[in-house]
Amino acid sequence: MRTPQHVVGGGLAVLFLSPLVWAAVASVSPQAGTAQTSGWGLGNYQTLANYQAGIGQYLLNSTIVSVLTVLFTLGVSLLGGYAFAMFKFPGRNLLFLVTLAILMVPYATLLIPLYVLLNDLGLQNSLVGLALVLTMFQLPFAVFMMRISFEAVPRELGESALVDGCGSFRALLHIMLPVVRPGLITVGLFAFLAAWNDFITPLVLISDSDRAPLPLAVANMRQQVMGIVDYGATEAGVVTLALPCILLFLALQRHYVRGFLSGALKG
Amino acid sequence: MASPVSTLEQQRSSPAVPVKGLKRRRRPKLTGWAYAAPTALFVLIFFVVPVILVARMSVSDWGLFTGDRGWNAPENYQDVMDDRLLWPAVWFTIKYTVVTTVILLGLALALALLVQESSRWTGILRSSFLVPSALGLASASLLFYALYSPQSTPLGFLGIDSFLGTPSSALWSTVALIVWRFAGFYMLLLLVGLQSISDDVYEAARLDGASRMQTFRHITLPLLKPSLALCAILCVTGSLLAFDQFYILTKGGPDNSTITIVQLVYNMAFYGQNNLGRAAALSILILAVLLVVNVLQFRGLRGRED
Repeated sequence: MRTPQHVVGGGLAVLFLSPLVWAAVASVSPQAGTAQTSGWGLGNYQTLANYQAGIGQYLLNSTIVSVLTVLFTLGVSLLGGYAFAMFKFPGRNLLFLVTLAILMVPYATLLIPLYVLLNDLGLQNSLVGLALVLTMFQLPFAVFMMRISFEAVPRELGESALVDGCGSFRALLHIMLPVVRPGLITVGLFAFLAAWNDFITPLVLISDSDRAPLPLAVANMRQQVMGIVDYGATEAGVVTLALPCILLFLALQRHYVRGFLSGALKG
Repeated sequence: MASPVSTLEQQRSSPAVPVKGLKRRRRPKLTGWAYAAPTALFVLIFFVVPVILVARMSVSDWGLFTGDRGWNAPENYQDVMDDRLLWPAVWFTIKYTVVTTVILLGLALALALLVQESSRWTGILRSSFLVPSALGLASASLLFYALYSPQSTPLGFLGIDSFLGTPSSALWSTVALIVWRFAGFYMLLLLVGLQSISDDVYEAARLDGASRMQTFRHITLPLLKPSLALCAILCVTGSLLAFDQFYILTKGGPDNSTITIVQLVYNMAFYGQNNLGRAAALSILILAVLLVVNVLQFRGLRGRED
């Protein structure tokens, strides 16, 4: 790599990182019209903590939804991937195609009937209902990813499990699970990021503001106090939203990239 | 795949093998279905049923608070066509899609070429470009909402009066946000494509005395076309369905100039009109258009590969 490329690359990297750095700095720096008018400090986070039900409640809502979505997605795609990769059963290809077809239908098209359907199921305004819908949106990627993970398991491994007299469920639990763990981590990471960050799904499905997940709560906060927006609190909200995602991303970057590799193969 | 499957199935039905953890022995087909059942249930309840329901809603008089009041086809579709915001929204969505796709893919390709060699330094660069894509689109939009506000903006030195005040500035400000959020994502997809091009091809070009520009035009670009096409499909689909960024940044303003199609669906259903039937009709139309666009794009992609 030559020096001009070094300079261009470095400059672009700074450009990409600067909005994040700015948000972090601005959220603790003094600014008129916010809770932090003089000196540096956590005044904006104080505003956030006391907003309506309190940031604790919204963080809890987001955590519940994200954890449930991750658990549902992992459970369903682990069993589904095992079924699609290892067994032949009638309707196998059709079910797999219909699962992938979820990708072809816009969120908005599905959210209108889901709003009605969840009411009928008694899941209106429910975090569990929200997690179930978010899991459905994750299934095309998750089932695809787990299917190719199981298909990549060396065949001797599956055979040796059965020679030892394992049933197929014991083989899955004791022999396969450790081998497909990287795939599960990728699926879990994507499910968490999607559930933590989703906006339009809770916007449509959750109308009780005390049950709003964090992105919705921070977005709603801007309309409070006679239309005057507290930008400091917004910045603090963005930092709270972004921090877990960035930390997870940096810790699991390898698994994040693998998700894209498998996606690219599909295309 | 054949071997582990057949052995698994033989073992399951072989009487010599004790089956633990299951009360009775099942046939292999049933075993396969048992593992696929959770997937099938999810897909049925939360995907197949809603798709059927949305089709029925689109031909019914279905209010947000009143519920189903019976068949009324084709009134919902007519109302959608007569909506005065429909064609401006269609036009704006297309304009936004074209602008975003061209800029985003151009920049992503440049970034991918910049970091395609593996080294510590390019590793740091790749991570820096990728970090924004870990953020949610809503979080990124909220960040830029503060970044663009006259009270808190650090961008005063650019000499821009208002980032969101006029229709064209609102469009470009939103495009800037999307480019920031997604450039790393598309860079990564293109990087995968770049790395699948064999070194031998480049070596042959070098021996033939091809210049860097010639190598790029006649080797890199043609061999990268499948990856570029995949990025284009994802980017076009994503942009046609844009919602979060405009809902948070512009609320469709100024003067309804930045209303996208999906925002129109949302407004019809939950904001103002409260008419789920009409919103369902518009979302069926979107689904149809999107299917056509995707089929055309896949055809284009396949044609170019042949």
